Amino acid sequence: MGKSIVVTSGKGGVGKTTTAANIGTGLAQIGRRVCLVDADIGLRNLDVVMGLENRIVYDLIDVVEGHCRVRSALIKDKRLDNLFLLPAAQTREKDAVNPEQMKVLMEELKKEFDYVLVDCPAGIEQGFKNAVAGADVAIIVTTPEVSAVRDADRIVGLLEASELYEPHLIINRIRPDMIRKGDMMTTDDIIDILAIKLLGIVPDDESIIISTNRGEPAVLDKKSLSGQAFRNIVRRLEGASVPFLPLEETSMVKRILRLFGRS
Amino acid sequence: MLEWLSRLFGATEQSKDKAKERLRLVLVQDRAILSPGLLDALKEEMINVLSKYMEIDEQGLEVNLDSSDDSVALVANIPVRKVKRKL
Repeated sequence: MGKSIVVTSGKGGVGKTTTAANIGTGLAQIGRRVCLVDADIGLRNLDVVMGLENRIVYDLIDVVEGHCRVRSALIKDKRLDNLFLLPAAQTREKDAVNPEQMKVLMEELKKEFDYVLVDCPAGIEQGFKNAVAGADVAIIVTTPEVSAVRDADRIVGLLEASELYEPHLIINRIRPDMIRKGDMMTTDDIIDILAIKLLGIVPDDESIIISTNRGEPAVLDKKSLSGQAFRNIVRRLEGASVPFLPLEETSMVKRILRLFGRS
Repeated sequence: MLEWLSRLFGATEQSKDKAKERLRLVLVQDRAILSPGLLDALKEEMINVLSKYMEIDEQGLEVNLDSSDDSVALVANIPVRKVKRKL
């Protein structure tokens, strides 16, 4: 029996879909059987981020309404044989599916896959409730901004109300230059406020935009720093203890030492 | 240079400290929102307990969480009709 993980944030535009795509691809890269589920009904995007938009035949709503079997709606990834996508319906609304149906779907997928990753829509309404139904673990994505952190805090409370405790936090779009100047909240500042477990930190990185343009998750790019951040996150999800990327070092000497693995 | 000097002597507040401070305050208030279901349950239990000691006007009962700058208080306004003499 696999594990289901929902990737959520409250606020839109913080990088949920990119995070789900990269973690899913990263887990598949190390040999796990992974299914990505796009729960953002009406605003599907995980397909384009994964570069699989031309292969969609059936979607999540077709499955829950019984128009097709789960198997026939799953799209196999171009690059990895053990990675699949269940796309969202684009022409339906969020209330076309309910939490009970999502729970049943999750149970079915968990039988086939090691990991089921659900990309949650922004907001806290029906779409959120659907996406968290049947999740074993929650990952909250935030950015070092007041609005995103505030929404993340709301999500922590709402997840608890859905009996999802101890969420993991990913802080996305960290800018080391701004942290050095004291113009961006640090990881410690954010953890201090939210008081939840840190799963990973991801730098604000141009390579994410480039890889999204191409429909190739950055985690596959050995040279990408954010790709490295996601590979580290994947290893932590698998139970390994991996140090966080040194994105917040204030002293140049320390940064250089780290670069050479001396500290 | 001037900016660097003033930073060195801590004259300018770093904007991240401002962000953290504002977040702290706003979250005190956000976290103090009781869901309607919980609030109703709380009211009902309060009525049950209080009714042992006094007759209260259930219709006029008001219970709210009030938050000022950095603290939260439970404020209840409970009109009493009659106090009981014994349990």
